[in-house]
Amino acid sequence: MIRKLFDFHGGVNLRQHKKETTQHPVQTAALPKRLILPLHQHIGHPAEPVVAVGDKVFKSQLIARPVSDISAAVHASSSGKVVDICEHDIPHPSGLKAPCIIIETDGFDRSRRESVRTHNLNDLSPAQIRNIIHQAGIVGLGGAGFPATIKLNPGDKKVETLIINGAECEPYITCDEMLIREQAVEIIEGVLIMRQALQASRCVIAIENRKFKTLDIMNKMVARSGYDFIEVVAVPTVYPAGGEKQLIQVITGQEVPSQGLPIDIGVVCQNIATAYAACRAVEHGEPLISRYVTIAGSVVKPRNLEVRIGTPISDLIEQCGGNRQTLSKLIIGGPMMGFALHNDDVPVVKTTNCILVNSVIADVPLPSRSVSAMPCIRCGACADACPMNLLPQQLYWYAKAKDFDKVQEYDLFDCIECGCCDYVCPSHIPLVQYYRFAKTEIWNQEREKQFADYSRQRHEFHNYRLEREKQEREARHKQKRAEVTGQKDGDSKQAAIQAALERVRQKREQSAVKPKNTDNLTTEQQQLIAEVEARRAKKTTIKNKH
Amino acid sequence: MQLKTPTSPHIHADTSVTAVMSRVLLALVPAIIGYVYFFGWGLPIQIAIAITAGLGFEAAMLRLRQRPIKPFLQDGSVIVTAVLLAFCIPPLCPWWIIVIGMFFAVVVAKQLYGGLGYNPFNPAMVGYVVLLISFPKEMTSWVPPEILNNLEVRFTDTLAIVFLGDFPYKLSLDALTMATPLDTVKTELSLSKTVGEIKSGNAIFGDFGGIGWEWIGNWLFLGGVWLIYKKVISWHIPLAMLGSLFAIAMIFYLKDASNYASPMFHIFSGAAMLGAFFIATDPVSACTTPMGKVVFGAGVGVLTYIIRVWGGYPDGVAFAVLLMNMAAPTIDYYTRPRVYGHPRG
Ligand code: SF4
Ligand code: SF4
Repeated sequence: MIRKLFDFHGGVNLRQHKKETTQHPVQTAALPKRLILPLHQHIGHPAEPVVAVGDKVFKSQLIARPVSDISAAVHASSSGKVVDICEHDIPHPSGLKAPCIIIETDGFDRSRRESVRTHNLNDLSPAQIRNIIHQAGIVGLGGAGFPATIKLNPGDKKVETLIINGAECEPYITCDEMLIREQAVEIIEGVLIMRQALQASRCVIAIENRKFKTLDIMNKMVARSGYDFIEVVAVPTVYPAGGEKQLIQVITGQEVPSQGLPIDIGVVCQNIATAYAACRAVEHGEPLISRYVTIAGSVVKPRNLEVRIGTPISDLIEQCGGNRQTLSKLIIGGPMMGFALHNDDVPVVKTTNCILVNSVIADVPLPSRSVSAMPCIRCGACADACPMNLLPQQLYWYAKAKDFDKVQEYDLFDCIECGCCDYVCPSHIPLVQYYRFAKTEIWNQEREKQFADYSRQRHEFHNYRLEREKQEREARHKQKRAEVTGQKDGDSKQAAIQAALERVRQKREQSAVKPKNTDNLTTEQQQLIAEVEARRAKKTTIKNKH
Repeated sequence: MQLKTPTSPHIHADTSVTAVMSRVLLALVPAIIGYVYFFGWGLPIQIAIAITAGLGFEAAMLRLRQRPIKPFLQDGSVIVTAVLLAFCIPPLCPWWIIVIGMFFAVVVAKQLYGGLGYNPFNPAMVGYVVLLISFPKEMTSWVPPEILNNLEVRFTDTLAIVFLGDFPYKLSLDALTMATPLDTVKTELSLSKTVGEIKSGNAIFGDFGGIGWEWIGNWLFLGGVWLIYKKVISWHIPLAMLGSLFAIAMIFYLKDASNYASPMFHIFSGAAMLGAFFIATDPVSACTTPMGKVVFGAGVGVLTYIIRVWGGYPDGVAFAVLLMNMAAPTIDYYTRPRVYGHPRG
């Protein structure tokens, strides 16, 4: 069936550079001496270590557990010994260090057989599937790395379309493409698992229309599987057709509401590698301990490797024939949205899809910005290219002028930082840099304001506590005095309880709908309620005072 | 080991301000050749003077403002301004006219407002309007093509005319020049002739506009379409401007064909074609939102017609563009496109 596709605004045509890395079958990267496993490879709360330095671990053993639903487990990607739990460089634009578990591998790559549990999909409820995926530490493998279970939990919303994103629109990156070519069957299994978890009506697997071979393989596999609710769609090869919002627009013609989620329009979008990981977890009982990674740029052997999470990037570059001596730049992700590393002693994490070495830029020389940035000539090329239909030029003016109200009025926070505007700007203005700056500034201001609010609240609470303590003290004094003067206090307490009982009774009579289980209370229960009421009354009076 | 850490995006399209301006210039080449064919060597000489003067003014101003000189001289914007201004003035004008024009264009309209990207008004049009107001006689002395052809004014003769005021064959400027087609229609209509009479009684008129002018218009059109194809400009402003000019001319033409010239005449006369593709589309001073561009273009078209027909000057493109320049920020503000994911309407 040929599905009618929709357009999205703007976008740019980029040179693909995908041939080099799709020539060879994917090999497994060599087992590194050391594995560096960050506790925080996802969005949300960092995982909590469950091993100690000196512990022996098996491959696939849980070494850090998720602390909440918005957190992801970390597993040992090979067997060995935990030698350290410390701060280590991680692949992050900030270049800051973060807590990692360091494992010295023993070379046996042993897993504990009996721990492997496989499942039959038909026996599983959506909640059970989510649980398995959560325990397997699976996060969105395409981008930011949100724990996968969150997007697999539609709550009470109905999921019309499950979109499996295999578009991979950035130049150079081919790990998803290779995964489709080599693991199409398992991907389809993964799609079924996700569909079951979401109770989705139909599934769309999106692949860029210039990846003929890959499309062909997927089409054949889907046809062979016989599931008529899975559809393979060839989406246009325009950057950023693989961006979640744009892909949804291309396939459904609908837009994700600003500040909303795809689920609001009945769509869930999952990366194709995430689907594969889900299959491995559910059907083979394997946690997420490896992934496909593209290594491209100025290396002798650009290719895709199956890499254990935690493998140092320097190892991979060496394996692909890169020269550590001439290393000057490393980009994680694609050339449009990827970020540069501060050094090469960082591990591959769950979200690492591509490593670009040095001079990927050589074919399109990027003149050094500081010299060549010219004033904006208001040509509007940026607005024509913006897939969110923003006015990048106006955003730039206001960001530069630090007019943060105006910049928000022009919907800065709808900007997905895709870089299209920046790419086409004839004046070579680093537009995205300005937007990031403005966003960070605004966040900081918000945080400061929140902190101020918080401090004020704390101050008020402090005053309240002082006041309360004073009252309590007075009350105690009074009671003491009363005790000295006789049994009056006991009487007054009794009277208060009586009065409260009376109030409760009146209230109950007034309310049309009676609370359940309040008839036929024992005296004991009535007494309890009355005491609660009395306490509450006392609290209210205190509150009213403030 | 410390690696370089630039921020994304890490690649950039092969484009620059210079590239954009070069394309605009390239698109003007066919029209320049046509111009030389019909009107002789005047235009290239004027262009050369304008570029030299313009670059000189720009460099001096950049120096005064303590800005880097080289990148801004290389950006090509002065050259575009120079060529456009040269297109607008009579080719046999004395050299100092265009120098004064460039002074106002570059120094006053551009650099004093902050240089490239900051000028609210189209520099070439500011220069042109200043000249038109200050030197009405020189600025309306056009030599019709057939006279030039008959006299065989050579390159050196043209140089002599422009720089020394020496006319060949012992002629004078007055004897050579005639009013432009737009001028003629305007003056003679006021003498209560009909458009039909004017056109048949005057050798300067071709099929739509003036002889020669029409062809230059065609070449400008071609260059403009190429610019649209190359995405240097968008279709909005040219289409809206020519469309509105055509529409309003059509209304009056249908009402009273003997007193109002045909829509085609308006489109192929004066600076309409040049204005639609090369002047009103000047990015710096025009609107930038798609809807804003349509409003802007339509405004220029309508104002051009009004000034041509009822105003004090034969052509209105320059005034119309400047007037709309003033309105551009406001128009932009009210025509912001709907952002992805925001409610419609
Ligand atoms: S592309 Fe660059 S020069 Fe053109 S309007 Fe946008 S920011 Fe200005
Ligand atoms: S980076 Fe932001 S403003 Fe620029 S094109 Fe992308 S979404 Fe639009």
